[in-house]
Amino acid sequence: MIDKPLEEFVEAAAAALGLPLEPEWKAAVAANLDVTLKHANTVAGFRLPDDAEPAPVFKA
Amino acid sequence: MALVTPPHVDTAWATAAEIASAVAGGQVSAAAVVDNALARMTRVNPRLNAFTAFTEERARARARAIDASRNKAEMPLAGVPFAVKNLFDIEGLATLAGSKINRANAPAKHDSPLIERLEAAGAVLVGALNMGEYAYDFTGENIHDGPSRNPHDLARMTGGSSGGSGGAVAGGLVPLALGSDTNGSIRVPSSLCGIFGLKPTYGRLSRARSFPFVASLDHLGPFARSVRDLAICYDAMQGPDPTDPACAQRPAEPVSAQLERGIRGLRIAVAGGYFRKGAFAEALVAVDRVAIALNARDEIDIPEVHRARSAAYVITATEGAALHIDRLRNRARDFDPAVRDRLIAGAMVPAALVNKAQIFRRWYRDRALELFERWDALIAPATPCTAPAIGEQTISLDGVRMPLRPNLGIYTQPISFIGLPVVAVPVSLKPLPIGVQIITAPWREDIALRIGRALEQMGAVEAPRPRL
Repeated sequence: MIDKPLEEFVEAAAAALGLPLEPEWKAAVAANLDVTLKHANTVAGFRLPDDAEPAPVFKA
Repeated sequence: MALVTPPHVDTAWATAAEIASAVAGGQVSAAAVVDNALARMTRVNPRLNAFTAFTEERARARARAIDASRNKAEMPLAGVPFAVKNLFDIEGLATLAGSKINRANAPAKHDSPLIERLEAAGAVLVGALNMGEYAYDFTGENIHDGPSRNPHDLARMTGGSSGGSGGAVAGGLVPLALGSDTNGSIRVPSSLCGIFGLKPTYGRLSRARSFPFVASLDHLGPFARSVRDLAICYDAMQGPDPTDPACAQRPAEPVSAQLERGIRGLRIAVAGGYFRKGAFAEALVAVDRVAIALNARDEIDIPEVHRARSAAYVITATEGAALHIDRLRNRARDFDPAVRDRLIAGAMVPAALVNKAQIFRRWYRDRALELFERWDALIAPATPCTAPAIGEQTISLDGVRMPLRPNLGIYTQPISFIGLPVVAVPVSLKPLPIGVQIITAPWREDIALRIGRALEQMGAVEAPRPRL
């Protein structure tokens, strides 16, 4: 069950970003966003120093 | 159609190396090999749904040119039929990338460089292969073209997103195929279809003129039924390409001549912890079988590997959304709903969190490189389970029921995240095969392929032949 605030965020974000959002899509989009944010917070919960550099173009 | 059955070469099940040797030596013509491949594709593909297009005309013309060539003895892939996931540009065809939307695109003006390089080595393109829509998929199902079907059990998934590539090679339609791997899309179908797959180092092979998904994670690579075939195909495709900005400026480093060097002196460990959690018994049996064959007794943990998987998930969702945002705005109803809903959600993730994932990526890369100071290769499962039934929506991992589609790649995703090369090798369990990943340091595809070859020689891994 997805929190109401997240569904409201999805609705507001779709309007703000000009993305289509049919009523029957909302629950699935919110569920996917919920999973993605959980993954994002798993990463964000790992403390790294302020000078840690991102790897936007990865070189192996 | 000239249906000449060559006397010594069963072209459905011969390896690419055997076909090339027979064509180069004049025992069989490239035209006969290609005719046989096209005939078998016509007969078997309706069951496998691996192909979305046959390229008969150009294939026959190309085969005739090889037969007429004075250089065919020098071509390492002379007369070898191959096919490509339909996100590779093929001159004269729209590049579908598994979508409905791209069908209206203009036909590609040129082949992708990897097709050009394989054809320069004597290979013959025979068609384009089914795939999950826009490669955002681990199942091999496609809402527009129908699911790719697993040759070992037609009611089961091939795995994706390079599902047609897995089905076509495992089903004996072609000895070689190309696919893409952003988070596991070569290794997952290799595992579920019981064949060999190579995901090279990020930046090794040109991705020019292929439809992208996540530019910072996309790789291209080959599928085959033997390690030697993987190596020959890979060698033919190597080399820098200025038209792919991520393609490394490294000279080709051919591996075929090194395959028989064996594994003596190589330090090989099993990736434990995360990679044993959630795996079904068959995945662990396969890893253990490979570990025993290699005498790999040490088990190591890759630091923070679960966060690596999460970071790859976030970068995929958001970069994928960025790629498709205009199509989402204008053509949302023409997407597969499962892909559309994930991409719309990806467009809503705050940039601050995406940047965290990219910062973590560099940290995790450095930890992995430290591991490779001590080890030459790591072994891990390729998928948590054998091929699920087509239409299955959920999977139970470690007692938790979760959506199947994103979770078939839990073991592949944290590896491609930092671009490490991997050879997926098939363990021929009954009733269904399953793959194991041989993971090495960046640019050491040679070691992964040598290990795969040694396992093949020991009989620990093989591509089982399905009853079709």
